[in-house]
Amino acid sequence: MSMPFYVAPEQVMKDRADYARKGIARGRSAVAVLYLDGILVVAENSSATLHKVSEIYDRIAFAGVGKYNEFDQLRIAGVRHADLKGFQYSREDVDARSLANAYAQMLGQIFTHEMKPMEVEILVAEVGLDPGDDQVFHILYDGSVVDEDRYSVIGGDAEAIGTRLEAAYEPGLDLAGALHAAVSALAGPDRILTGPELEVAVLARGNGRRAFRRLDDRDLSGMLTA
Amino acid sequence: MTLPIFSSSDDPGPSFADLLRRVRPTDALPNGGHDLTITHGTTVLGVRYADGVVMAGDRRATSGNLISHKTMEKVFPADRFSGVAIAGAAGPAIEMVKLFQLQLEHYEKVEGSVLSLEGKANQLSGMVRSNLPAAMQGLAVVPLFGGFDQRRNTGRLFQYDVTGGRYEETDYVSSGSGSLHASTVVKLGFHPDLSREAAIDLVVNALYRAAEEDSATGGPDLVRGIFPIVATITVAGYEQVDDAELRRCVEAIVAGGASA
Repeated sequence: MSMPFYVAPEQVMKDRADYARKGIARGRSAVAVLYLDGILVVAENSSATLHKVSEIYDRIAFAGVGKYNEFDQLRIAGVRHADLKGFQYSREDVDARSLANAYAQMLGQIFTHEMKPMEVEILVAEVGLDPGDDQVFHILYDGSVVDEDRYSVIGGDAEAIGTRLEAAYEPGLDLAGALHAAVSALAGPDRILTGPELEVAVLARGNGRRAFRRLDDRDLSGMLTA
Repeated sequence: MTLPIFSSSDDPGPSFADLLRRVRPTDALPNGGHDLTITHGTTVLGVRYADGVVMAGDRRATSGNLISHKTMEKVFPADRFSGVAIAGAAGPAIEMVKLFQLQLEHYEKVEGSVLSLEGKANQLSGMVRSNLPAAMQGLAVVPLFGGFDQRRNTGRLFQYDVTGGRYEETDYVSSGSGSLHASTVVKLGFHPDLSREAAIDLVVNALYRAAEEDSATGGPDLVRGIFPIVATITVAGYEQVDDAELRRCVEAIVAGGASA
C-alpha cells in the first residue's frame, strides 16, 4: 500500500496562501474611503459592465478584487443573504457585520478544506445614520476579517497604495477630496487615472433608503479636474 | 445564518421567490378559509394621463360588515418607476406587494440591470397565479400595476384576474368592490391628454362617488384628515401626492355639489 507523502500543515497553508496571493496580485486594486457624508469606493477597472463594486442592500456595498467569477459568486450570495434576512426579519436588521462574518466563515472553510482557496479579497461597507457609525470590513482569502475605521485597500498592490493613502487621508474629507486621495493613491506617482479606467460608487447618507449610487464618467470628470 | 450558496443546477438565479422556496418550503394553507372573516381592501384605480399614470386607492378595509381600518394603504411603489395597487384579501395582498417590491430590487441587484416594465408586469402575473389556491379559498388578490416605461417613454397600465391573467389597458383600470362606480366616473371624465391636476381631480372624484354608492369604499374624511392615497408615476419616477393638495381637491368637489 502506498502512503501519501507527509506534508507539514504549515507548508500546506503557506502554499495555499501563496497561490491565493498570486491570483489576487494579478488584478487591479480597490479602495474604500470614509468621507463626511458616507463611504466612497473606488476600483481600478477598465470594464464598464463587469463590476467590482456593487450594491448589496440599502446601506451596504461590496467590493471585490481577484478572480471575477469567484468574487461575483460571493456578491450574489451576499445579496441573497441580505434580502432573505430583510424579508424574514426587518430591513433594519440587515447589517454589514453579520454579512462580513458569513463571508469570513465561507472563505475560511474553503481555505482550509478545499483543494483551491478562493483568489479574492473583498470589502463590505455599511454607511451608518451618523458619521461615527460607518463600518468597513476587509475580508481576506483565508477568512480573516479586519475592521477598518478610516480607509481600506484591497488587492495585490495594497501595501504601496495604503502608504500613499495614509499620507493623503485626513478625517472629514468631502467627496471630491476623498476621491482625489483615493484616485491618486491608486494611480501612484507615475500614472494618471481617468474616468473610463475607474469604477466609483458611494454609499451616501443623503441618498434615501438605498444609499448606493454609482458615479459615472461625467460626475467624475467634474470632480477629478476640479 | 450561513451564506445561501447553490450548485449550478439548483441556482435560483435572480428570482427572489425561487430563492425563498429553496430555503423555506411554502407553508400549507389551512382548509376552509370561507368561514373566517377576512380583512378586505376595496377600491383602487389607475388612469393614464399626459405625463404618465396616476394610481389611487381609498383608505377603508372591511372585515365582513365591520370597518376594520380607516387608514389602510393600498397603493405602493413597486420600484422607482412603477407602482402597484391592491384590492382583495388584505393579508395576502400586502405580502404579495412586499414580495413583489423585493423581487424587483433583488433582480436589479443580482443582474445589475433593471427589469423592463413588461417584465415587471409578467412577474406580478406569476405571483397572482401562484396565489390561485388561496384565491379558491376566498383569499383572492387582484392587483393593478402601472408604471412609466422608460424604453417607450410612456405610462402603461395593467390589470389582472385571479388566475394571473394580465391585461394591458390603454386608458384606465380599476379593481375592487367600488370599481364599477369609480370606473363609470373615470369613463365620463377621461381623455388621453389630461393634465396632472385634471387626472388627480378625476381619480379623487371617482373614489368620492364610489364611496357614496359602495359601503366597503371609504370616502375622504375632512374631519380626521384622511384622504385617498394618490400617486403619479412619470419620467421623474413614483411620487405620492401630498394631503394638502388632496384636501383642496376634495373641498372643491364638496363645494361643487356633493349630491350631483
